[in-house]
Amino acid sequence: MSHFRTEIRQRAEELVSLYPRKRSAMLPLLHLAQEQDGYLTDEAMAEVAELTGTTTAEVRGTASFYDMFHLEPVGKYVVGVCTNIACLLAGGEELLAHASSTLGCPVGGTSADGLFTLEETECLADCNIAPCVQVNHRFVRTTTPETLDALVDDLRNGRREDEIPPHGTLIRVRRSGGLRVPRAQLADERAAAQTAREERAAKVEK
Amino acid sequence: MASFTAPKIVSSRSEFTDSHTLSRYVATGGFEGLKKALSMFPEAVASEVERASLLGRGGAGFPAGRKWSMLRKAPVSYLVINGDESEPATFKDHYLVEREPHQLVEGIIIASYALQVSQVFIFLRGEFALGLERVQQALNDAYEYGALGSNIMGSGFSLDIVVHPGAGAYICGEETALIEALEGKRGFPRIKPPFFPAAIGLYGQPTVVNNVETMANLPWIINNGGAAFAALGGGRSTGTRLFALSGQVNNPGMYELEMVKNTFRDIIFDPALGGGIPEGRKLKAFIPGGVSAPWFGPEHLDLPLGQDEVAEKASMLGSGSIVVLDDASCAVRAAWRITKFFSRESCGQCTPCREGSGWLERIMFRLEHGGGRPEDVELLLDLCDNIAPGLSWPPQQTTICVLGSSIPSSITSAITMFRSEFEAHVTNDGCPHV
Repeated sequence: MSHFRTEIRQRAEELVSLYPRKRSAMLPLLHLAQEQDGYLTDEAMAEVAELTGTTTAEVRGTASFYDMFHLEPVGKYVVGVCTNIACLLAGGEELLAHASSTLGCPVGGTSADGLFTLEETECLADCNIAPCVQVNHRFVRTTTPETLDALVDDLRNGRREDEIPPHGTLIRVRRSGGLRVPRAQLADERAAAQTAREERAAKVEK
Repeated sequence: MASFTAPKIVSSRSEFTDSHTLSRYVATGGFEGLKKALSMFPEAVASEVERASLLGRGGAGFPAGRKWSMLRKAPVSYLVINGDESEPATFKDHYLVEREPHQLVEGIIIASYALQVSQVFIFLRGEFALGLERVQQALNDAYEYGALGSNIMGSGFSLDIVVHPGAGAYICGEETALIEALEGKRGFPRIKPPFFPAAIGLYGQPTVVNNVETMANLPWIINNGGAAFAALGGGRSTGTRLFALSGQVNNPGMYELEMVKNTFRDIIFDPALGGGIPEGRKLKAFIPGGVSAPWFGPEHLDLPLGQDEVAEKASMLGSGSIVVLDDASCAVRAAWRITKFFSRESCGQCTPCREGSGWLERIMFRLEHGGGRPEDVELLLDLCDNIAPGLSWPPQQTTICVLGSSIPSSITSAITMFRSEFEAHVTNDGCPHV
């Protein structure tokens, strides 16, 4: 029995097929697992292990290295406020403290209603609109306490769901089919191209 | 006066809100470079890029042509695109993947043809949810358009490109850590030698890793010729570059400027660019190329925006991101936050970096928040010297990758330039600015 629902399982298998080695699909598959469950459940990690030809220990050991993977449940909306240098100079720490009181949860914690998790992030590469805030890894560009409060109010009332889907960074990424060129064809093409190149080089030398 | 005579090479479509669509891309000259490249021999395409003297735009500034020449005779090889942009205050690749994804894809196909690689992986920061969507859409469009897949545009050249999401780790911008992550492992940089993945890269095969912005330059170079690109800029710094300006300036933003022809003063103060420091305050210091770079003071404002020009003054242009600190900001606080970043992002393999970054962060924290000691400045310098012996520039390395040797930059800069502020923090038992 697959823990992944049918659609996720199909996408997972397609992702695995894109790489010369199955284990390479580890990170994308873990993103899919979070898309389904919100965080990395034991069942999902076992299934990722099966799909990538690894053990659950290897999956957990890999996942725990990366900030985006949650080994414990998180809120429906993960709010990240950057306090790195450009955001620090623009009041990032103050905005993070404000977010904590608005959301009703400490930094790194989840609100009692399970709606929000608040994180202090490192640079998110949007430094000209500082301090930078992401919700479920969507740039929301709320740089002031007032605009942040308005956003939170919208989220509480379900008004921004189109713009900010549930987390899982691949939730709207769809590849139109798998690899188009068989690996054997590529190898033949490259070999022929190499021969042609050597012939050209030989002519030049003459 | 700032110079605006150079063409926009990688941000030419910035005024279009639909610059990410195939129709806009094709209507504005998209895929012309690829068509031209496919009519040439692969080695002629590579020579054109070599003629452009394009320096890699990731941060190290290694000549792209020379990186490519290491791959010439490899039968199986990969091209990996580094879009894991995470150097603090850098946001150019974020722009390029969200707003110009087709230009990136076209550049990659051109590079793949020149290198005759078998498969490409675009490693994008996991936090770029929209960027991942846009790049995947651009790839889908390129397959549909006939620019990807089997027998591209009737040339007999075939290629597949896969977009791969990262998952939040600064260290994966280091090319060997990126390859580990792409192999489905923790992002641990690999021990050198081999110094280049061109020898042993992805799955042990010859691999070239190039930055997103480097690729984005290729369609223009092929369309206009390497010589036209090399005619822009000066010295080894040819062409234009995306400069990311942030911090305490009136107009933070991304500006594409000709290399060397403009100075730090131009980008920070020109009304059409940074527009100066807010509320009549004065410039205190600026970081010229990402937080790994040593800081500059007002005396370096007239230095040209060029790789060697900045290196000669013992810092680096790095990722092209400039952070401005005004005279109301606290140097200790800024250096503390940068140190905290390195401490959080150290992968933990090497002792000087893993232990050193945390120790330095704790000292900087107590200076900033209370509890600093008179001997702390000497202790900081001693620790930094243990991580990067001699505190020279470029730094000596005691670790597998350069994350370790980048840690001291902000602390030693702050101490050299603003030592009295450290003393004031001790006397005041915390930051006097708050």
